Amino acid sequence: MKALFTTPIEKLLTKMSGLASILGWGAYIPIYRIETAEIARVHTKGGEKAPIQRKSVPGPDEDSLTIAYEAAKNALKRAKIDPKLVEALYIGSESPPYAVKPSATIIAEALGFSRKLFGIDMEFACKAGTTAMISVVGLVNSGIISYGMAIGTDTAQGRPGDELEYTAAAGAAAFLISKTRKDAAATIEHVVSYVTDTPDFWRREGEKFPMHTFRFTGEPAYFHHIENAAKLLMEEAGLKPSDFNHVVFHQPNVKFPQRMGAMLGFKPEQMKLGLLSNEIGNTYAAASPMGLTNVLDNAKPGERILVVSFGSGAGSDALSIVVEDGIEERKGLARPTSYYLNRCKLVDYAVYLKYKGFILR
Amino acid sequence: MAYMRSVPRAWRERKIKYQLLGGKCKDCGKSFYPYRQICPVCGSTNVEQVKLPEKGVIEYFTIVRTPPTEFKEYAPYVLAIVKLEDGTKVLAQITDVEPNEVYEGMEVEAVFRKYREQGPNGIIEYGIKFRPVK
Amino acid sequence: MSKVYVAGIGATKIDEHWEKGIRDLMVEAALNAIKDAGIEKKEIEAIFVGNMSSGYLQGQEHLGSLLATWLGIPGVAANKVEAACASGGAAVHNAFLAVKSGVYDCVLVVGVEKLTDAITSDATDALIMAEDQEYVAFTGASFVALNAFVYKAYMKKYQAKQEDIALFAVHDHKYAANNPLAQYPKPITLEEVLKSPMVADPVRLLESAPLGDGSAALVLCSEKKLKELQNGDVLVELAGSSLSTEIFSVHDRTDLTSIGATVKASRKAFQMAGVEPKNVNVVEVHDAFTVLGVIHLEDLGFAERGSGWKLLKEGQLEKDGKIPTNTMGGLKARGHPVGATGVYQVYDVVTQLRGEAGKNQVDGAEVGLTQNVGGVGGTVAVNILKRVR
Repeated sequence: MKALFTTPIEKLLTKMSGLASILGWGAYIPIYRIETAEIARVHTKGGEKAPIQRKSVPGPDEDSLTIAYEAAKNALKRAKIDPKLVEALYIGSESPPYAVKPSATIIAEALGFSRKLFGIDMEFACKAGTTAMISVVGLVNSGIISYGMAIGTDTAQGRPGDELEYTAAAGAAAFLISKTRKDAAATIEHVVSYVTDTPDFWRREGEKFPMHTFRFTGEPAYFHHIENAAKLLMEEAGLKPSDFNHVVFHQPNVKFPQRMGAMLGFKPEQMKLGLLSNEIGNTYAAASPMGLTNVLDNAKPGERILVVSFGSGAGSDALSIVVEDGIEERKGLARPTSYYLNRCKLVDYAVYLKYKGFILR
Repeated sequence: MAYMRSVPRAWRERKIKYQLLGGKCKDCGKSFYPYRQICPVCGSTNVEQVKLPEKGVIEYFTIVRTPPTEFKEYAPYVLAIVKLEDGTKVLAQITDVEPNEVYEGMEVEAVFRKYREQGPNGIIEYGIKFRPVK
Repeated sequence: MSKVYVAGIGATKIDEHWEKGIRDLMVEAALNAIKDAGIEKKEIEAIFVGNMSSGYLQGQEHLGSLLATWLGIPGVAANKVEAACASGGAAVHNAFLAVKSGVYDCVLVVGVEKLTDAITSDATDALIMAEDQEYVAFTGASFVALNAFVYKAYMKKYQAKQEDIALFAVHDHKYAANNPLAQYPKPITLEEVLKSPMVADPVRLLESAPLGDGSAALVLCSEKKLKELQNGDVLVELAGSSLSTEIFSVHDRTDLTSIGATVKASRKAFQMAGVEPKNVNVVEVHDAFTVLGVIHLEDLGFAERGSGWKLLKEGQLEKDGKIPTNTMGGLKARGHPVGATGVYQVYDVVTQLRGEAGKNQVDGAEVGLTQNVGGVGGTVAVNILKRVR
């Protein structure tokens, strides 16, 4: 085993608290969008009010792997380290291009990571990204590795004509995780995960589209798990809602996270930066991670962030993150989440179907 | 056809395609893509493998309307000779753009995308395309 | 070393030959050439078959041996020659070397291609194999797309207009109308060309050589063999034959408006034949796309750089012009069964030198040149023929 500390800076920072630090962060959203009004035009002739304004659509040459690649590249730029030092790549997704063959192997090769690598793709619906983060935190904190990357990425499939079609979107968020250090962007101080057997949304092996249970996905699923994970974390860490400057919830639409925030005692200003679903839809495993990247793009040293994801099946990960001094110099090293949020090429429903491969030639 | 389904063939070139690795001839100074051991201009074996710049400019472009078989679903698409910042010329597709938005001299940057699949059951071949810089 | 003579020529019509397979086409052309030469089949000592895609499109390799058996002469030396679309010219070159060296006295060259066994996209796949599979075909490039870059580069560098360059197609069709072997023996107008669908901008469908099937053959013989033959009044010598290559991929070249291999191959051939461009009476250039026809004329030395397109407008390419070009229809209208084209070009020139070109006849034609290109100029074969009697 090589020495745990390699630079003088890291030697100085050995006595910091926290589990691990985020050295670099990055997001990516495909350029294409479809307005939910356009989807409604086809299926309900405008009869139904959609839960969001518009959602992102992957281009025909994109998949959850290529999308994750760019987010990872942005995170690497901010981390300012040699890719060869990265020894873990954990990818959370429910739409990998291969059912068997992890995207982690291809992205690691493409970005030039070490071959001495802990690599894997993992699935837990929309919380797979945060679970990937926590797993990498574990590897770093235990001293097994010094640098690891966690990515949440999806090109979610909505069954045409189904409710979820309005929100199933595409995007990725990536985090380069290191040992705790003051010149990092932020430090993950506490993590908690709360999991039960709750079948609110699932996809059987071999099926193309998932099934969901309408109203059952609300209270017994989304709200129950986020509430429990958030409360558990705050109890264990001795924190209350007012201790946080920002809070990010999983965002399958706009109403759910807003209601969740109110229920837990958070104010709308705390939720503002972390809520992107109206513009881009539900990016599934990237949803709350991308809310986090948008917060980090704008956060100040010393601020505290709460991230609570929700993955159907079901479970919630909660992370408490404190922003470090190092964030200011890292922000400008790569494109911010807002760059991708603001790029928007609208497509109509026919082109949308073509890009998603539903129209076979 | 058998050659299209070859996994080893695609596998052995992947690093060059994923990372846009070119060759720089230490004798005549010419830079080219892909990397190869012998300089195509002066024949020297004094060639260094280099990671090429990711930004460039479209020198010439065309729109492919009668594509080869595995590209049928993407047609019409834009194909261009891109001149990178260091002068190296690369042949690649231009993506995230409508054919009528492309022009000679357009500034572009490298992105990692799917190029083709060895059939619906086969492996996916990824590579570098370019998109407009905004 | 021996002089090389064209003892006989033969060819099939170029068409979508649904009823004829690759074997049938090869045999038909070969038998025609053998008959024209006035020899018995068993006098042939070696066969060179020029073809590009029999493996991919027909699942058939080993064409040399296949033809030897199907001609009823198994036992002779035979092999396939491949240089993409220059396979025919390369096969002629190989046959030339065989006879010139003195090793063989009587050689058969057959060019053949059967593109219509496949659907258009399969043919597109086959043709792009002339280019780099890993870094050019991989990007979704079609052969037309690569030539589109050349077209744009030429127009930009010399301020040339598409409507002037596209006249090449009109020219070809005019002459194909008098060629019974041509695939499209029917005139077309410039307007029709410019209004035809775009294939890869700016190349239009009617500026591109068509897909078709055909086979052409030659019997080449040595001086020694010639003495045995009662061959007719006219005798044509294959006086110069050369092959040259160029930097393989278009994007690696500095100047897209010139093909170095044409310059090199033609200089070698001119020297070998002891002639200069001004001595040439009839030319067959490889106009797979209209702009290429123009560029080839410049590279061969028949026009100033950047002025090739002017020759069309001035009528200099006509049979009574300064440099009669593609007087039997060229690739665009006579046709372009890829591997056979190089041999068809020689067939067309010999027809002119023998005075058998009918309405297309160039008066007093004595020296002819053929230029056959593989890929976007990766290989160029130049053959120069002289009437010696």
